[in-house]
Amino acid sequence: MTTTASQTSSPIKLIIEPRLTTPRWLSPVVSIGAIIVALILGGGVIAFVGGDPLATYAHIARAAFGDLGVFSDTLVIATPLILVGLACSLAFRMKLWNIGAEGQFYMGALGASAVILAGWVPEGTPRPVALGVMLIAGVVAGALWGLIPGLLKAKLKVSEIITTLMMNYIAIQLVNYFVFGVWSESGFQMSPQFPKMAWLPRLGDYAREIPALRGLTTHFGLIFALIAVAIVWFILYRSRWGYEIRLIGDNPRAAEYAGIDIVKNTVLVMMTSGALAGLAGMSEIAGVVHRLQGAISSGYGFTGIIIAWLAKLNPIVVILVSVLFGGLILAGREIQPAGVPRLIQGIILFMLIASDVLLRYRVRIARA
Amino acid sequence: MDPIIILHAGIASGTVLLFATLGAIFNERAGVMNLGVEGMMLIGAMSAFSVTVSTGNGWLGLVVAMGAGAALALLHGVVTIHFQADQVVSGLALTFLGTGLSLVLGEGLSKAGTINLLPSVMLDPALLTIPVVGQILAIFFHDQSVMVYVGYVMLPLAWYYINHTRPGLHLRAVGESPTAADAMGIPVYGLRYAYVVLGGALAGLAGGTISLAISPGWFSELTTSGQGWIAVGLVIFAQWDPWRAAFGSYAFGALRRLILDIQAPKLLFGFDNPFFYNPYYGFFLAMLPYAFTIVVLVLGSQQAMRRRLGAPAALGVPYVRGERGR
Repeated sequence: MTTTASQTSSPIKLIIEPRLTTPRWLSPVVSIGAIIVALILGGGVIAFVGGDPLATYAHIARAAFGDLGVFSDTLVIATPLILVGLACSLAFRMKLWNIGAEGQFYMGALGASAVILAGWVPEGTPRPVALGVMLIAGVVAGALWGLIPGLLKAKLKVSEIITTLMMNYIAIQLVNYFVFGVWSESGFQMSPQFPKMAWLPRLGDYAREIPALRGLTTHFGLIFALIAVAIVWFILYRSRWGYEIRLIGDNPRAAEYAGIDIVKNTVLVMMTSGALAGLAGMSEIAGVVHRLQGAISSGYGFTGIIIAWLAKLNPIVVILVSVLFGGLILAGREIQPAGVPRLIQGIILFMLIASDVLLRYRVRIARA
Repeated sequence: MDPIIILHAGIASGTVLLFATLGAIFNERAGVMNLGVEGMMLIGAMSAFSVTVSTGNGWLGLVVAMGAGAALALLHGVVTIHFQADQVVSGLALTFLGTGLSLVLGEGLSKAGTINLLPSVMLDPALLTIPVVGQILAIFFHDQSVMVYVGYVMLPLAWYYINHTRPGLHLRAVGESPTAADAMGIPVYGLRYAYVVLGGALAGLAGGTISLAISPGWFSELTTSGQGWIAVGLVIFAQWDPWRAAFGSYAFGALRRLILDIQAPKLLFGFDNPFFYNPYYGFFLAMLPYAFTIVVLVLGSQQAMRRRLGAPAALGVPYVRGERGR
């Protein structure tokens, strides 16, 4: 980036210069601007393939936030998104590129299902106990899936980007094996349904006491997600460990001189990140699907990457962004062509990182 | 399980990985990492197939595929070279963008029609009966797509260009020490743009090679099924060297074919073939390419550490003229 660029022929000069300070309001303004530009570009593509961009966007807004019922469905999708968004935020804060939230999500779902389907939790166990065991199994499975690339990165300097990504494919095949080969319900591509003790309570379950809740699908996983937000926020901004994570992310060399154990932190952060994504898988399997099957995720793990980035790795903003993206994904299920939500996500992420330059540089128009 | 058939098929499907890996070697040698290979391959595969269905001209399809890959890569270039955005995140965004774009534009394309494959080269059958030479011909040359031959030509050229020409020297200088290169009068920004675009064009070519020659057709994301990411891993295994990249690509191609063969009933282990009698074990076979990528990465990075071979020194670091370089 050159510090001054001028158009020689015109009397008006375009000056680009580095900012010495970045005002606080600028960052959200630029982010929102980036999203608006992304939506315009996405609309252009929709129009190009013969769709009506305005109608499509209006449909998305109505189908995601139009009434309490659909908003409740939006929150159902936001729940795993918050958790994987946190998983990515935590790892990215240390500049650890965990692209494996998708696989860790699947492993969490597999672990949580295994304790039920293998019969380790006997029928008739009280619901909190059964769900507690599932939660632990899901979190541990996700953490183990994060441990492997964490160890490879910490001990052998193997790029975590590729290993976490490859482990996504491996996890999905592993889940497929169990779905088809072990727990298949009479040859179908799904396991038998879990007993009720393994279902996370839904708002709709309380319709008898509060009629307004009838039919609402939002489940207890949302509480897990909000608790996780509080924990991750506390870790990152109020704990010594979080300070170490942020220091390693900002300046690994300084962290090393300060005596911070980078190897230990790499492994721990990858495991915690995996655990959060695993919790997302558990919450999805116990709150929504109630059985193990293939294609439980529809790319939540990857959306988590964008959410983390859009939220500037801030756990609290992750909630807001996840709700918006939950709506986009929910509404996008009915939209043709099917790639539209992913396309819009890609454009948003692109605009977002491109717009970062406006935070670091200032464009001035001056007379020559 | 005829080894000649497996190696023959391995060379064919390895050619796809070879193009993508060579492309990534070029842009990484210039100091720009592009994790968007998967997205660029998908857009290449989609546009190549689309153009070929509507015009009937596969060569035009390939050119458009290269253009599409290059156009996406140019976006990555603008964002990472001029705007100094993080190359990892931008590459990921490119994968999302490329995947989404090719799914949207490729809607309904899988049923759009049939194409004539790019031609294959047939040798005189008499040549194949010569001992040894005939077998080598059968593996590498007979009944191989013309794209495989393109790979054979591109490989030594790429190696010679990078290691033994002046532009190749400039390429390496830009990736190792952009500050010094700039001081020598080498256009750092211009070269980085050029090689990022070249990397994208080769990724697009890889995609087009899939949909027009190796496994023809458009099967949305399954067209590439993660091969772009395997290519990104192969670059590290190859230690940014074209010959090692070729070895890795062809070996992975053979592995893909071997996996299909292992599941066949005729295979004799001396006991019941577990992959035939329990087809569900096939899911474990399907993991193999991805597991192998990890193994290959571990081996590659071990060797690199031992021999102190590394990535280009400025890989992933944006160059800002006037700031203190390294």
